[in-house]
Amino acid sequence: MKHMLNHKLLKIRNLKKYYPVTAGLFSRHVGDIKAVDGVTFDISEKEIIGLVGESGCGKSTLGKTIPRLEEPTSGEILYKGTDVAKLDKKGLRELRREIQIIFQDPDASLDPRMTVGDSICEPLIIHNIGDEKKRMERVVELMEQVGLEATQANLYPHEFSGGQKQRIGIARALAMNPKLIIADEPVSALDVSIQAQILNLMMDIQERLGLAYLFIAHDLSVIKHMAHRIAVMYLGKIVELADKRETFDNPLHPYTEALLSAAPSFKSKDKDRILLRGDVPSPLNPPAGCHFHPRCHRVLPICNQQEPELAEISEGHFAACHLYKSL
Amino acid sequence: MDNVSLKVSNLRTHFLTRRGIVKAVDGVDFELRRGECLCLVGESGCGKTVTALSILRLFDSPPGKIVGGQISYDGLDLAKCSLRQLRQIRGKDIAIVFQEAQSALNPVLTIGDQIIEQIKLHLPLDYSMARDRTISLLSEMGIPSAKRVLSYYPHQLSGGMKQRVLIAMSLSCDPQILIADEPTTAVDVTIKAQILDIFHELKASRQLSTIFITHDLAVVAEIGDRAVIMYGGKDVETAPVSEIINNPKHPYTSGLIECLPDVSKTADRLASIPGTTPNPIEMPKGCAFHPRCPKAMKICKQQEPPEIITSKEHKVSCHLYT
Repeated sequence: MKHMLNHKLLKIRNLKKYYPVTAGLFSRHVGDIKAVDGVTFDISEKEIIGLVGESGCGKSTLGKTIPRLEEPTSGEILYKGTDVAKLDKKGLRELRREIQIIFQDPDASLDPRMTVGDSICEPLIIHNIGDEKKRMERVVELMEQVGLEATQANLYPHEFSGGQKQRIGIARALAMNPKLIIADEPVSALDVSIQAQILNLMMDIQERLGLAYLFIAHDLSVIKHMAHRIAVMYLGKIVELADKRETFDNPLHPYTEALLSAAPSFKSKDKDRILLRGDVPSPLNPPAGCHFHPRCHRVLPICNQQEPELAEISEGHFAACHLYKSL
Repeated sequence: MDNVSLKVSNLRTHFLTRRGIVKAVDGVDFELRRGECLCLVGESGCGKTVTALSILRLFDSPPGKIVGGQISYDGLDLAKCSLRQLRQIRGKDIAIVFQEAQSALNPVLTIGDQIIEQIKLHLPLDYSMARDRTISLLSEMGIPSAKRVLSYYPHQLSGGMKQRVLIAMSLSCDPQILIADEPTTAVDVTIKAQILDIFHELKASRQLSTIFITHDLAVVAEIGDRAVIMYGGKDVETAPVSEIINNPKHPYTSGLIECLPDVSKTADRLASIPGTTPNPIEMPKGCAFHPRCPKAMKICKQQEPPEIITSKEHKVSCHLYT
């Protein structure tokens, strides 16, 4: 599977998304919340990248910036070679056929006053695909693809359970035959028994349709299950990016180490846990140098002065940490 | 019996709604032993939170009502005692930590005022003594510069800090029993690890009996001594945690364990439990789990399974073992 991943679908270069913070009567610009602060990575065709980090690290903002639901502040988003940031309205509409998002809260992402059939059909109408009969056929096909029955198309969202609603969200995302799906915490609002159903469904669809996923989650066990490669984010930056196995067997960045050891697991009960001190600092005023240094258990004198760059430490394994600078 | 600090027998709490009677808790039995951490485990709607709220009768009535069963604590039946008696117990003998720290704290009172209020209500201490007690509690919870935090309002604290404040508040009157309702659910992994660490320390230092409510089996493995698995308002399996994980008897319990993606697992595909959790207004007949059960038999549709004691510490409600 992995050797097939050569065709780059999406290249992100030094992407930044700042939210200006204003104060006072004249809305004086007093600073920026650096939600995404210089992120660079690629997604190949049919690849699943897991993006993991704690709340406020910018992972959702990054997900929304790729199809330009949020306007990037600077940087490049190259989808099949074209820069998304420079697309006009028409080009953007074309792009959004190929990049779709599945949101975390299936309740909030479905219109309560539309039948789910209409919700799934809506993207087909917007993009002017087929006539009414063709569209209905497509809706039925999509619903069956995600394990729902065609007869349920006339029901309203409140008549479905959380897991079924998430299936509807997936069906809608698939309507346009996308190449890349950005899944923003698609299972974190679901019960464990339902979570497994949705994860399996997403795996099946990915294999069957040959999709690429940017799979955003805070839960490492879910990420480990889904992803081929894992990007770890902390305060707007990617601190480590590597193959799944590498990330779990040989984590380089101390933050990744701590995340891994913090994840509760019922198989390895008595491990030594790296407890991080304190909370994630505010992205409005991040610590100088490496943003992670106040919580780091392997901090060096240089860490509070100079910001480490994301560098390739071993083949395909990137980390932004001063510990590996001499290598 | 002396070893048991709280005993819940055949507890039934129903909610009368316009659409019918919601049997949120419908026959739950367990005992909480002194100094142990008992986990109530289940998915949303299984009745675990309502069970906890029933112990202190902390739900609106109407629509909620305890329609049957006993909650024995210290010679008293909490299901039937007067509200006046219950008020003496709430917060003092039995304290509760809620899931959402944000909504459990009063946004217009300082942290100090909220904790001191509770101490003065239950203990014969004056303001400055209560204040000192609060400061030492907050520092015990690992809150840096606890003195300063007293004058903070809830919005000035992060989620993890608020959760610590709540735990400190619940411990402020030296309770016998602590009920923790999903205290780690709304927080990030690294903060979750910190909170679990606090519970570990509390167990060692205070000999507290804890009822820990969670849907996360990995957390159960980490913190629990015994666990009660709940489904459809009933307890379906009760056993020591290591038994639950290594030797689950009920098909629902084994399903829950198998469908969990785990950092130490490498399987390509997750096992899953088909279907969805039942509607509490129209519970399936017989065993509530039978429509989703891979091992369902004819009898499961007709008859509610009896409780079967498979070993001294292990009981399960399933027809497979009759």
